[in-house]
Amino acid sequence: MGLPLMIERSSNDNNNNNKVELSRVAVSDTHGEDSPYFAGWKAYDENPYDETHNPSGVIQMGLAENQVSFDLLESYLEKKNPEGSLWGSKGGSRGFRENALFQDYHGLKTFRQAMASFMEKIRGGKASFDPDRIVLTAGATAANELLTFILADPNDALLVPTPYYPGFDRDLRWRTGVRIVPIHCDSSNHFQITPEALEAAYETARDANIRVRGVLITNPSNPLGATVQKKVLEDLLDFCVRKNIHLISDEIYSGSVFHASEFTSVAEIVENIDDVSVKERVHIVYSLSKDLGLPGFRVGTIYSYNDHVVKTARRMSSFTLVSSQTQHMLASMLSDEEFTEKYIRINRERLRRRYETIVEGLKKEGIECLKGNAGLFCWMNMGFLLNTKTKEGELELWDVILKELKLNISPGSSCHCSEFGWFRVCFANMSENTLEIALKRIHEFMDRRRKF
Amino acid sequence: MTRTEPNRSPKSDSENSGNGGGGGTTAMRVIVPLQGVVQGRGGLFLGSVIPCAFFYFLQFYLKRNRKNEPDRNPDSEDSNSGSPDPTRSQSVGNLTELTSLPRSLSRILLSPRISGGAVSVSGRAGFVIKGGDSPYHVGQKRVEEDPYDESGNPDGVIELGSAQNVKFNLEDDWVSENPREVISDGLCMSGIASYEPSHGLMELKMAVAGFMSEATKNSVSFDPSQLVLTSGAASAIEILSFCLADSGNAFLVPTPCSPGYDRDVKWRTGVDLIHVPCRSADNFNISMLVLDRAFYQAKKRGVRIRGIIISNPWNPTGTLLSRENLYALLDFARERNIHIISNEIFAGAVHGEGGGGEFASMAEVVDTEENVDKERVHIIYDLSKDLSFPGLRTAAIYSFNDNVLSASRKLTKLSPVSSPTQHLLVSAISSPKFVQRFVKTNRERLMRIYTELVKGLKELGIECTRSNGGLFCWVDMRGLMSSYSEKGEIELWNKLLKIGKINVIPGSCCHCIEPGWFRVCFSNLSERDVSVVMNRIRKVCESCKSQH
Repeated sequence: MGLPLMIERSSNDNNNNNKVELSRVAVSDTHGEDSPYFAGWKAYDENPYDETHNPSGVIQMGLAENQVSFDLLESYLEKKNPEGSLWGSKGGSRGFRENALFQDYHGLKTFRQAMASFMEKIRGGKASFDPDRIVLTAGATAANELLTFILADPNDALLVPTPYYPGFDRDLRWRTGVRIVPIHCDSSNHFQITPEALEAAYETARDANIRVRGVLITNPSNPLGATVQKKVLEDLLDFCVRKNIHLISDEIYSGSVFHASEFTSVAEIVENIDDVSVKERVHIVYSLSKDLGLPGFRVGTIYSYNDHVVKTARRMSSFTLVSSQTQHMLASMLSDEEFTEKYIRINRERLRRRYETIVEGLKKEGIECLKGNAGLFCWMNMGFLLNTKTKEGELELWDVILKELKLNISPGSSCHCSEFGWFRVCFANMSENTLEIALKRIHEFMDRRRKF
Repeated sequence: MTRTEPNRSPKSDSENSGNGGGGGTTAMRVIVPLQGVVQGRGGLFLGSVIPCAFFYFLQFYLKRNRKNEPDRNPDSEDSNSGSPDPTRSQSVGNLTELTSLPRSLSRILLSPRISGGAVSVSGRAGFVIKGGDSPYHVGQKRVEEDPYDESGNPDGVIELGSAQNVKFNLEDDWVSENPREVISDGLCMSGIASYEPSHGLMELKMAVAGFMSEATKNSVSFDPSQLVLTSGAASAIEILSFCLADSGNAFLVPTPCSPGYDRDVKWRTGVDLIHVPCRSADNFNISMLVLDRAFYQAKKRGVRIRGIIISNPWNPTGTLLSRENLYALLDFARERNIHIISNEIFAGAVHGEGGGGEFASMAEVVDTEENVDKERVHIIYDLSKDLSFPGLRTAAIYSFNDNVLSASRKLTKLSPVSSPTQHLLVSAISSPKFVQRFVKTNRERLMRIYTELVKGLKELGIECTRSNGGLFCWVDMRGLMSSYSEKGEIELWNKLLKIGKINVIPGSCCHCIEPGWFRVCFSNLSERDVSVVMNRIRKVCESCKSQH
């Protein structure tokens, strides 16, 4: 027969010492976990601040988590719907069975309806959402990656305005093979996206023979903590139509805008457009992690005006489904009009107060922040404290703040900011006392510096 | 419809391109002079072939660079035949593209601003949109539209396609036995709401490790720190595919195999599957010779094989791989320096160990091996399947390879298990008594249903392979087909769905090289349902006999 029965030796013959290899994806560092953004978290994990037990520990100001309105959630789940806290609206074993058995990637209709209604509420009814266009994913991280897989091929690019959330480097690029081409924004106009910057980014990609498939913005912006102006959104959509590309709007912080009137969702703009070819390039990402402070629940959604994207995303969401128990648990809460109205209002108010506290506290030390109106963080300018206005200078200062002040904040360079000296400081993942302590440490640090 | 003939001569194709207007005229302008230059009979042929080849290449190049037209018929799942129809697609697609070529060319030239043009999606998305009408999806849809219910809808379609392990009452006992307080403590908000490791709570990993040990009869103790939890087996397989192979590489997969691999392994990773057929004459056992040949042939083609995917108990046949099999596979992997992915998601559903051998996990086999060999073994486990908790979406990767564990942990950020679910599961499966009872009762029930089903099929003259594990029966319906071909198989599948109103998976979805085999999932059935299913199959048998 000619085929040897002996197993053929492979070309590298040290079979006994042959370590089996992994893929490029597995060994690449595109996951970004070695960057300062994540390194600071490690320092925190090793020496976490605790009011009583470890008052000199590291205060975590690098994690955008919302704990200011936890009490509202807890009391709702206990009083209004004790059964709901376990299995959804049907208690006991029947509820358990329904939870355990349901596995459809469409997601529970009641939950999608609840999500749609919640998203409408956040936008003050200025846009409507169709539950059948909602695709559930295990978090916004997965939603962004999924959209990237669907809208772009390997080596294509998405345009993303800087500074941007460091996680995008992983979510948009790691497994997808898609690139990010930055749209450079700077402080001269409060980091807003300009048509010139858009064109410049597009040209950069074109010159490098890279096909641009879409623009991805975060609105409100992370790390800026500011909403995108309506005019800018209209310009963006126009740009996307002209270049025939997609527009992804990550609105994960939409419920954290301090004043509802200051937020314009891309959904509002699309609402008044009839032309399907314009609408079907728009996709919105949302999650309950930030607004509701439920990151552990891993509930994210893709809302798309494009039928094919919805259909594909639904199938692809098989890799990243939300458990039926989670859906049941949250469905009744999210569709409770009274509760969601109250929650959104109070949450916004508390965040606004926190923001004012920290911004004023920093101002007293001569540290300015970008005028923000949303989110769980502020964008602080410490440029004047740098030894050199370079990335190294910025990281030097970051290191000092981590080691001396024991504050973990995020350096602008990890957000790809083109100006050095900016830092993102989170304020919603701690008690008010802890925030005071953090401000005190900054005050002491600035005092020491002034004495020189 | 003669236009669909794949063997049309090139001459007719260029005539068709002539119908497309400007493009066709150009073609003739090339052919005629070429025919003049290249004299004789060859001239006519070459004069036609060369411009046609040029045309196809130009069209291919332009297709890559122009905006894609979206498929204006998204609901291709409505197609009743569900036939993959391989003979149709190629040539029809080409003909359509030929006629549309001149139009899109002119559009690009005339209007620099392509406003109003439809925005395109990626190749990956396009692949899905087309794949929607496989029997797998068509059947699923039918069941959704008209689901069988013993009292409410007795004429509905019975789902025998996928594994749900639905009709099971043990959860009721568990829920009533465990006081609410114990459960609700685990669910207190501040404990579960914040960010936790995406690859799973240590408590849950410990409980899962305990469960896996129980399922493998404690022959191996599983180390929780070698576990990575993720939201479902699909995600687990995909994560491993991303870690172990690059785009363009391939895995060897003995067939028949799980229909899910086409999506889970190939879709987003760009990794290919090379099917290694097993035959009914061998009882669908893996032949090391055939495996070897497949590896050798792939290498000759320049395809790099990174691993082999096995499942134990085997999906769809239900066979248990013997220790000898597993050692042979490990040897094979060692000699070629490749990985082994052992899909043990049905380990908790081993029901027929008496006559059919014993279940041995790959973890047990590799226990006494060198580290360098341990590092090539990765096991997938699925709580959803074995615990009949599909909605709770929790699967695990168990690996001896630190680098794979490290990469997988990071990748689970894209497919994490939600905290409340993790806490719930910890409560559920940490009780050793519950786990033991559950696994034992589950096994006994599966054996009972399986035995009933096989008996019933035998009375109808239908045989199955001996299944000792998992939730499926691999049924030989070759005798019922009108023709021994894939077409015959699909026809029979259609009859089973339309006349018998049962949804089963045809062997072609499992890439079985022999037509006529069907995967029947019996875990959805109660003992009463089995007789209903038998009656339905009898109806189909009679309908087939009356046609022969």
